[in-house]
Amino acid sequence: MTGAHMNESAPTPPQVLAPFQLTVKSGEFAVREALAGLTTGLAPLSLDVEEIGTIELVMAEALNNIVEHAYPEEYNDGPIAVGCTHKADGLHIAVVDRGLPMPNGQAPIGMAQDVDVDLMDMPEGGFGWFLIQNLAKDVRYGRFGDENRLELRLAVAIRRPR
Amino acid sequence: MEVSARIEEQIQIVSILESRIDAAVALDFKDAMRTATADGPDTVVLDLGKVDFIDSSGLGAIVATMKHLAPARKLVLAGLTPAVDKVFRLTRMDSVFSMFTTMDDAMAEMRS
Repeated sequence: MTGAHMNESAPTPPQVLAPFQLTVKSGEFAVREALAGLTTGLAPLSLDVEEIGTIELVMAEALNNIVEHAYPEEYNDGPIAVGCTHKADGLHIAVVDRGLPMPNGQAPIGMAQDVDVDLMDMPEGGFGWFLIQNLAKDVRYGRFGDENRLELRLAVAIRRPR
Repeated sequence: MEVSARIEEQIQIVSILESRIDAAVALDFKDAMRTATADGPDTVVLDLGKVDFIDSSGLGAIVATMKHLAPARKLVLAGLTPAVDKVFRLTRMDSVFSMFTTMDDAMAEMRS
């Protein structure tokens, strides 16, 4: 009886997203395919446009790096797996590939590019890791056997403490 | 990359007709912009009103377009949606470009 009473007065429990994983083959449109799968998988969270935009941007940069640097040859269609788990402190995302390791065995710090320069010297690249480090939390990279594993947390859809 | 180009009041306007400028189309974007802005007026307004996503490759392609037009010609950005605007602000590229929320704002500024 007590349980039934509590159910009546308790607010609707926050929707919990079951962990999911998707795998794409590296290639020209691999990033778009993975992002589409990710946003579809996250649909039950009803994230607002800004949150989805942040997730898409961070994940686009992380996945672009894999397509361009881990699997640099055009014919290389190695697997890229994206796993997503929703926890109290946000979305925990792990990206695993079997390409080349990160050059220094660690994720770049992601320094901001200097834009106070002459127009013709304006940087056209090097923003990717800055955006990842700026928008994501707990960014960790590791090489395990022949796999790269990048983990990060996105502080979205955070559940309010009871 | 699908774009439409027109000249209004001696200003070259190039509208992007696709929703994403990302790594998959960054080269196409640069090529399309070079073609669309060949032999036109000195001021080019890039209408990004239909674009709801850019990544750092897309940003780089827009910077490359600006540099390609310089020094004689100027690239102005208009119609930035919130997600696109955010990428420019985070990277501080908003301090490099003239940016306008709407095409009307951009045209009004160009006239004055």
